[in-house]
Amino acid sequence: MVENRPFLTFLTHAVLIIGVLFLCFPVWMALVASTHGPEALSSSPIPLWFGDRAWENYSQLLVGGLPEAGGVPIGSMMFNSLIMALVITFGKIAISIISAYAIVYFQFPFRMGFFWMIFITLMLPVEVRILPTFDVVVKMGMLNTYAGLTVPLIASATATFLFRQFFLTIPDELVEAARIDRAGPLRFFWDILLPLSRTNIAALFIILFIYGWNQYLWPLLITTDESLYTVVMGIQRMVNSGESLPVWHYIMGTAVLAMIPPVIVVVAMQKLFVKGLVESEK
Amino acid sequence: MQKRVVFRSRLLPYLLVLPQIAITLIFFFWPAYQALESSFFIEDAFGFSRQWVAMQNYVELFEDPSYLRSFKTTLIFGVSVAVMAMSISLGLAVAANRVVKAATGYRTMLIWPYAVAPALAGVIWYFLMNPSLGIVAYWLKNVGVDWNHYLNGDQALLLVIVAAAWKQVSYNFLFFLAGLQSIPKSLIEAAAIDRAGPVRRFWTIVFPLLTPTTFFLLVVNLVYAFFDTFALVHATTEGGPVDATSILVFRVYNTGFIGQDYGSSAAQSVILMGLVIMMTFVQFRFVERKVQY
Repeated sequence: MVENRPFLTFLTHAVLIIGVLFLCFPVWMALVASTHGPEALSSSPIPLWFGDRAWENYSQLLVGGLPEAGGVPIGSMMFNSLIMALVITFGKIAISIISAYAIVYFQFPFRMGFFWMIFITLMLPVEVRILPTFDVVVKMGMLNTYAGLTVPLIASATATFLFRQFFLTIPDELVEAARIDRAGPLRFFWDILLPLSRTNIAALFIILFIYGWNQYLWPLLITTDESLYTVVMGIQRMVNSGESLPVWHYIMGTAVLAMIPPVIVVVAMQKLFVKGLVESEK
Repeated sequence: MQKRVVFRSRLLPYLLVLPQIAITLIFFFWPAYQALESSFFIEDAFGFSRQWVAMQNYVELFEDPSYLRSFKTTLIFGVSVAVMAMSISLGLAVAANRVVKAATGYRTMLIWPYAVAPALAGVIWYFLMNPSLGIVAYWLKNVGVDWNHYLNGDQALLLVIVAAAWKQVSYNFLFFLAGLQSIPKSLIEAAAIDRAGPVRRFWTIVFPLLTPTTFFLLVVNLVYAFFDTFALVHATTEGGPVDATSILVFRVYNTGFIGQDYGSSAAQSVILMGLVIMMTFVQFRFVERKVQY
C-alpha cells in the first residue's frame, strides 16, 4: 500500500532503533566489561567502551579456569555443553522421527495409546518433577555421566508432533508406488521419507540445539563432578561465590562465550530458525 | 489421523516407538507417579522410614503464609513478564511490518536474544543493575532512584521481571510478525480508502485479527515465566532477599534439595503439575479452535 506519512515512517524507525538498542545494550555492556581488568570495574560509573584486556581475560577463561568456578576451564565446560546439546538434538530427532513414522504409517494395537503417552510428556517438564527424576537417575547409576545429562531429556512430544504433521501431508501415492516396487517399510523410510524430511530436520535441529545448549536445571542436578559442568550452569558458581566479591570481568566473559554458539546458529540460519520456531509451536 | 495406505508388520512399529516410550516411562511417568505418591508421606531426612499422612503436606502448604506469598509472587511475576514482553514485541512487530527497506537487518538484530539462555540474561541484568557498579543502577541514581536489589525485595522482583521479559521479546516478536503478515493487505487498504488513519486501522482491524496470536503467546509466556525462569532466579537473586523472588519452581527445588523436605517438595510438584496440565489444556482447547471475531 502506498501511503506517504513521513512522521509515521520516522516513528517506525525510531521504535525499531530503540528496540534494537534495548535488546543489544545488555550484551554490549557484557562485551565491554569482559575486556577490562578488575580495576576498571571497581568504581562506578564503569566504562562504556572496550578496554585492552580482552586477550588476557579470554585466554585465562578458556584454558585457565577460575577458582570460583572450581578451576575448570571454560573451554572444557563449553565442550560439555556442546556434547550435551548435540546428543540431545540428534537423540530427540532420531527417536521422534521413528515414533512418528510408526504412528502414521502402521496400524497396530495401542497406537493411539502411545501417541497420548508422548503427548502427556508436554505436561511434565523437569521443573515439576525435580526430586523423583533425580532419584531415578541416581538409582540407574547415571549421576555424573554424559548419559545422565542427556538421555532423560531426549523424549520429545514437540518433535514427534512436527514429524507426524509433516508425514500426514505426504501423498499416499508415494507409499503405493514404493509398495508396488516392493520396497519394505524400512527402505521406504530411509530412501523416501528421510530425504523428504530434510528441511524439517534442519529447522528442528536449530531449535533443539538451543534448547540443549541452554539447559540449566538438569546439569545442576546431575553433575557434582566439576569436570562435567556445562557453561550455562557453571556461570552460576561464579556469581554466587559466597564471601568473595564476584569477578565481573570474568563472569561477563563467560556469559559472552556461553551465548556465542547458539546466537551464531540463530543468526546464520535465520530462515530455517524462523520456520522451525513457528511450525513446531503449531 | 492416519494414512489410508499403511504397512503391515507385527513387530516393527513397536520397535520404532520403543525408545521414545521407554524414556517417557522411566523419566516422565515413573517420577511423576513417585511425586504423587510421596506427597502423601512424611519421610525422615535419611530416607529410612516414612509415614502416611494423607493430605497433611498439602494442608501445611496452604497454611504456610510464605508458600501463599510465593503463589502471589509467581502470579505477579508471570503476568508482568507476559505483559511487558508482549507489548514491547507487538510494538516492534508493527513497526517492522511497515518497514520495506532494511527489514531483514532489523529482524536479525531483534531475534538473536532468543538464543540467550535465561540464566545468562539474568546474570547480565544482574550485572547492569548491580548497586555499586552497574551502569543502569548508576543512571537510576542520577535520576534519584536508590536502587539496591540486595535489600529491596520489590526491586529484586523488578530485576528478574525485566531480565525475563528482555529474553522473551524476540520470541513474541517473531510470532506477532508472522501474525501481522498473514493479515490480508486488502482489508487494510479498504479501511485506508474509507479514510481510517493508521491508529484507527490498528485498533479496529489489525489488533482484533491478531487475537489468536495474542492468546497463544499469552499462554506460552505464562508457561515460560512460571517454569523456564527457574534458571534466571537461581543464577541471580536465589529467591531473595527474604523470599521476594522465590517463585514456585524455585521453591520446589529449594524445599527438596536444600531443605531436604521430600514430602512437601513432592506436594509442591503435584500442585505445579496441576498448573501445567491446566495451561496445556487451555492452550489446546482454545487456541486450536482460534478466537472467533
